[in-house]
Amino acid sequence: MRKDIVTSAIGIIVLTLLLGVLYPLVITGVSQVAFPGNANGQKIFRDGKLVGSKIIGQQFATPVINPKTGKVKLDSDGNPVTKPDPRYFQSRPSGTVPPYNAAATTFANLGPNSVLTKQAIVANIKAYLALEKPYDPALTTGKVPVDAADTSASGIDPDISPANADIQAHRIAAVRHLPMSQVMSLISTYTHGRGLGFSGEPGVNVLQLNLALDRLQGSH
Amino acid sequence: MTFLGWLTIFLFAVCLTALALPLGRYMAAVYTGEHTFMDRVLGGPERLLYRVLRVDPNRGQDWKAYAKSLIIFSVAGWLLLYFILRTQTLWNWTGLNPEHFHSAPWNVTFNTTSSFLTNTNWQFYGGETTMSYFSQMVGLTVQNFISPAVGIVVAVALIRGIIGRSGKSLGNFWHDMVRTILYVLLPISILAALVLVFQGSIQNFASYVTVHGITGLTQTIGMGPVASQEAIKMLGTNGGGFFNVNSAHPFENPSGFTNFFEMLLVLIIPAALVFMYGRITGNRRQGYAIYSAMMIMFLGAVIVAYIAEAHGSPAQHAAGLHTAVTHGSTGGNLEGKEQRFGIAGSALFNVVTTVTSCGAVNSALESFTGIGGAIPFANLSASEVIFGGVGTGLYSILLYVLLAVFLGGLMVGRTPEYLGKKIEAREIKLISLGILITPLAALFCTALGTASAAGRASISSVAAGGPQGFSETFYAYLSQANNNGSAFAGYTGFIQPNAGNLGSHGITFANLVGGFDMLFARYAPILFALAVGGALAGKRISPAGLGTMRTDNPTFVVLLIGVIILVGALTFFPALLLGPIVQGLTGHLYG
Repeated sequence: MRKDIVTSAIGIIVLTLLLGVLYPLVITGVSQVAFPGNANGQKIFRDGKLVGSKIIGQQFATPVINPKTGKVKLDSDGNPVTKPDPRYFQSRPSGTVPPYNAAATTFANLGPNSVLTKQAIVANIKAYLALEKPYDPALTTGKVPVDAADTSASGIDPDISPANADIQAHRIAAVRHLPMSQVMSLISTYTHGRGLGFSGEPGVNVLQLNLALDRLQGSH
Repeated sequence: MTFLGWLTIFLFAVCLTALALPLGRYMAAVYTGEHTFMDRVLGGPERLLYRVLRVDPNRGQDWKAYAKSLIIFSVAGWLLLYFILRTQTLWNWTGLNPEHFHSAPWNVTFNTTSSFLTNTNWQFYGGETTMSYFSQMVGLTVQNFISPAVGIVVAVALIRGIIGRSGKSLGNFWHDMVRTILYVLLPISILAALVLVFQGSIQNFASYVTVHGITGLTQTIGMGPVASQEAIKMLGTNGGGFFNVNSAHPFENPSGFTNFFEMLLVLIIPAALVFMYGRITGNRRQGYAIYSAMMIMFLGAVIVAYIAEAHGSPAQHAAGLHTAVTHGSTGGNLEGKEQRFGIAGSALFNVVTTVTSCGAVNSALESFTGIGGAIPFANLSASEVIFGGVGTGLYSILLYVLLAVFLGGLMVGRTPEYLGKKIEAREIKLISLGILITPLAALFCTALGTASAAGRASISSVAAGGPQGFSETFYAYLSQANNNGSAFAGYTGFIQPNAGNLGSHGITFANLVGGFDMLFARYAPILFALAVGGALAGKRISPAGLGTMRTDNPTFVVLLIGVIILVGALTFFPALLLGPIVQGLTGHLYG
């Protein structure tokens, strides 16, 4: 009994040093030398300013200004009220508060048989149609891709589906006065394929695509 | 459903088998003391560890001594982890708490500590809003290694009991522990962590960064030593995410490739252990028989889950959304799923992590369709023997194997024997208790959680008023009893009103009941498994005769699957009907 207690006490401390200190330090050291870009989160800079991480999704919206006070409108939680910026491709619906909060990720946890889920999907479809239909008159509820109406898992999904991007391309081309073919070719540049050719689904990286649009038009 | 979706599932089964075969051979050498190619590198550190611990690795222990070492070592681990988590701010001088997080309340910490000790990794806290890097590394990562190692050593000890020819020894606990960590878990973790960083995971000690987006919004991004923890989280079938959304977070699981890789990490050791078992018993066909039973049930679960998720949910259809696959769109129930994984990658991942005790998720289980969500339920109801947790899967299915031998013996009217050892009254009593104790804990806690107002406080408001609320509660205690750790994540035990975690509080009922659920359902079956090993160790081996029932042919595989499904169905069917099956059979919306 006594021997077991002594051995356990020594054992847990020695293993903590090996597995809890040495192991993560070695991995960090090797990663920082071999893959510094990845290890630090694939940060993207523009004009020397940090604008995001390549693999963390963002919300491309502008704060709504209250016309009376001239200040940014806040919701009941104190977060700014926003509206989608039509000059940019829009990311998927997010369940975090505020949307695309990469410091407190959470699932939306909307159940398959819940009225609230249906209401959330209906609202997402409505918002999507309100934004896209003026530029793509053939768009109907039945044609909205599932990724545009369903909340992502992480709330910070960096991708949208190629079908979703193709629909939004109509708006981007019109708002930015670009030929459709040029927008489509940018989309295909920032579409990644499946892992090993079969695992997962292709996705369009929204942040990279939007940055490329700005670069193309020389606004940055 | 797509061709590539089915191909992913098929290739996964092929890759898993191809990798597990050589690993099983290697692990057999590790536990029988044969020469391995790692000896030259690891022999020195191994001998050093024995000297520091002052143990003689060759001294055999009977089952009671083995169990005593295991329990005392676990208590030491529990105390240290609880201490580290409760004193989080004391370690700020290390610079590993850049966000200055306070400790979670005592009841949440009790739950978390019990959860990481028992390989459950149930999370009533949000990783990036509660845990400092210090707690993640020095506290949680350590138990991510030790808890699967405990599972493996119990499986190895039980095997020694089954094949033992003389005496009572089940081996030496410290020897098995040290070799498991040094020869198996650590090398694979190092390799896997580096692959993950190479593919886009992060590994740093930086403060959270604030970025200024191109439309003028700011975003704060959580950082940390993620890859080192992610690797052992998957390999050790732990499942406790660095971030709250677990393997759905792009930093934990950046691409379709890492998704495939992480799934292989989860199943590689549980699968290899089965092949190892065949080698150690000297009859590889015994291992192949068990592997076949596991693989058949696994594929069945994946196929059902994939079809259900690809079909879409009632809520989607009621909203007018079309869920068929179209060009450039995944279709299906993408609610709570990531674009880069799609439907097949999400369904497969969650089946992989619920058949094992991993419990990591790359999509929201709560948002799975009724039938898709019933699959994780069914996997848990089968007591995690379909590959199962690292080690726990093997010792649990061996108990079922012995039970199947017993039932088979009754059918043909002979004294049941397994590998030449008679299964008698004492063994059968221990086996039955070992098998039934987990369901008992799960159902008892679910009943408490549903019947009491304190328990219902944990049900999410979105799920209240329908069968989903019951499903959440049932899943919570079933998952904790099986030491799985996946969740219908609306069920909560931790309230965090604002960003930063000062002022957060725990729901004492859910934390305590869950904590005891995990501890009881982990250590009681371990003791029974070791006792069975001890009871078998001293038995004489009688030579196989004409009338001996074979345990390495397809007939036995069918019998084994039948026994597993029968026990699971008899214990859980009423509860399953009330939750997921009701939801799966109806298009009705609740709320």
